[in-house]
Amino acid sequence: MTELTDLGIAGIRDGVRDGSFTAREVADAFIVKVSQAKALNAFLVETPEHAIAAATAADTARGAGETLKPLAGVPIGMKDLFCTKGVTTTAASHILEGFTPTYESTVSQNLWDAGAGMLGKLNMDQFAMGSSNETSAFGNVISPWKRNDGGNASLAPGGSSGGSSSAVAARLCPGATGTDTGGSIRQPAAFTGISGIKPTYGRCSRWGTIAFASSLDQAGPMARDVKDCAILLEAMAGFDAKDGTSLQLDVPKWEAGLSANLNGLRVGIPKEYRVDGMPEEIEALWQQGIDWLKDAGATIVEVSLPHTKYALPAYYIIAPAEASSNLARYDGVRYGIRDLPTGAGLQDMYAATRADGFGPEVKRRIMIGTYVLSAGFYDAYYTQAQKVRTLIARDFERAWETCDVLLTPTAPSAAFALGEKSADPIAMYLNDVFTVPSSLAGLPAMSVPGGLDKQGLPLGLQIIGKPLDEQGVLNAGLAIEQRAGFTARPEAWW
Amino acid sequence: MSVDTATVKRIASLARIAITDEDAARMAPELGNILGWIEMLGEVDTTGVEPMTAVIPNTLRLRDDVVNADPLTGGGIREQVLANAPAAEHGFFAVPKVIE
Repeated sequence: MTELTDLGIAGIRDGVRDGSFTAREVADAFIVKVSQAKALNAFLVETPEHAIAAATAADTARGAGETLKPLAGVPIGMKDLFCTKGVTTTAASHILEGFTPTYESTVSQNLWDAGAGMLGKLNMDQFAMGSSNETSAFGNVISPWKRNDGGNASLAPGGSSGGSSSAVAARLCPGATGTDTGGSIRQPAAFTGISGIKPTYGRCSRWGTIAFASSLDQAGPMARDVKDCAILLEAMAGFDAKDGTSLQLDVPKWEAGLSANLNGLRVGIPKEYRVDGMPEEIEALWQQGIDWLKDAGATIVEVSLPHTKYALPAYYIIAPAEASSNLARYDGVRYGIRDLPTGAGLQDMYAATRADGFGPEVKRRIMIGTYVLSAGFYDAYYTQAQKVRTLIARDFERAWETCDVLLTPTAPSAAFALGEKSADPIAMYLNDVFTVPSSLAGLPAMSVPGGLDKQGLPLGLQIIGKPLDEQGVLNAGLAIEQRAGFTARPEAWW
Repeated sequence: MSVDTATVKRIASLARIAITDEDAARMAPELGNILGWIEMLGEVDTTGVEPMTAVIPNTLRLRDDVVNADPLTGGGIREQVLANAPAAEHGFFAVPKVIE
């Protein structure tokens, strides 16, 4: 029979329900995989007891003939941005070292209420600031993928949800949570050959999720296929009175609504996404994606999103501005570390604690944010960026007059080697060129694997949808998935 | 856009991040490059455009005006609030003396 750890969310859920195996067997199998994969550095904390408790509850419920919960018997990985009661949560930053939340984030609580168990907390870019998982204070996450050139270069799993992408691709967990501020679910999913969806802003509660840029932050699932993403997202989403921007809407039955028949669907191809220097293979995959969607019944229309090139600079004003404000709370008083030099006063303690606790990229972004919000610069930078954001959102609204979803590449390259881009912040920021515009507009967007490049590395295709149309995004993703037949997986070396 | 070391030190001070002269000198060109890059926004004509305030239309809610409307965000959990403090004394956060 198939190894249990080769099963996805749906396979595990269904197998536990029909008694093909027990939830405990599943949990044990994944716990072993996690414990053997230290070389990937995907997990910051392992919580086998949590996974086992959830599995035991599922098996007991089944034994008693009860109806099983939606995710009964499914163990998952939890990005370390979500506060988990009694389990150390650091956002991969030294400044939160030792922080043990006394409460549970809404998204993680929703998953536990649905019957899921936790295998552990996943490494990430520090405070979700990064695109390669090289900004974690606890070491780089390594992608399970290797180039087929015979070299042994360690590759980036993408970021910021790099622990999530690496763990799912390496079959250490069947699914994981991610968060996406400018592409942090979609780009790592593309780099590691898995699927991931960022829902419409407001679908998933931000309560208990460590804040980076509050007007952009959205949680979403990362898993091996579209159906598994739909199942996980259904459990994660939902109205929460504790988050002022939570949408007061019922959660649609996304899994039940899945259909790869795209008859009548209009797919927009934004011409501004054909950027200079994009590898030919990505160009070719994009065309392949167009053909797949046509084959599924969709019609293709060219659309224009004229302000696309301003999305990244606008993002790198808005996100750091919000971060500089959100991260003001790390002051050595309420949680995390404190650095109190001898004889220091309160202000010196703040400055010393923050100098010691934040990594270089976090400091860089706090300082950019502080600068653009400072007296005399606020209007020129911040207000102008928010106006440009309005124009970017308007571009999408105009596009929806002639199309229903957009198809683009997820990232402008396949995974790069660790260290390859870390010396140049702007080169790193450019990785998010295709994912940031939809983040600024709050739109649902997903990455699905499309194929491999010449070096044997996964490439992703992105589908962007109208507000609240996760179903349209998932369905187009499913149509691509069925035609791409992506079965490649990294060979275990870890 | 060029950023000088004095500016970096001023920003760091506003952000309450201690910085050495050496680090300030290293960061100056780095921040200059990033700020130079984002300045391209200046070329966008935004006359008459309202700045974005909410990406998805939503209504602002008020919670019920009662104590502990939600137990997770209500009161009466002092021990939990202080549980992670680097220094807590007599039921309060402790900080270095601020008044002589």
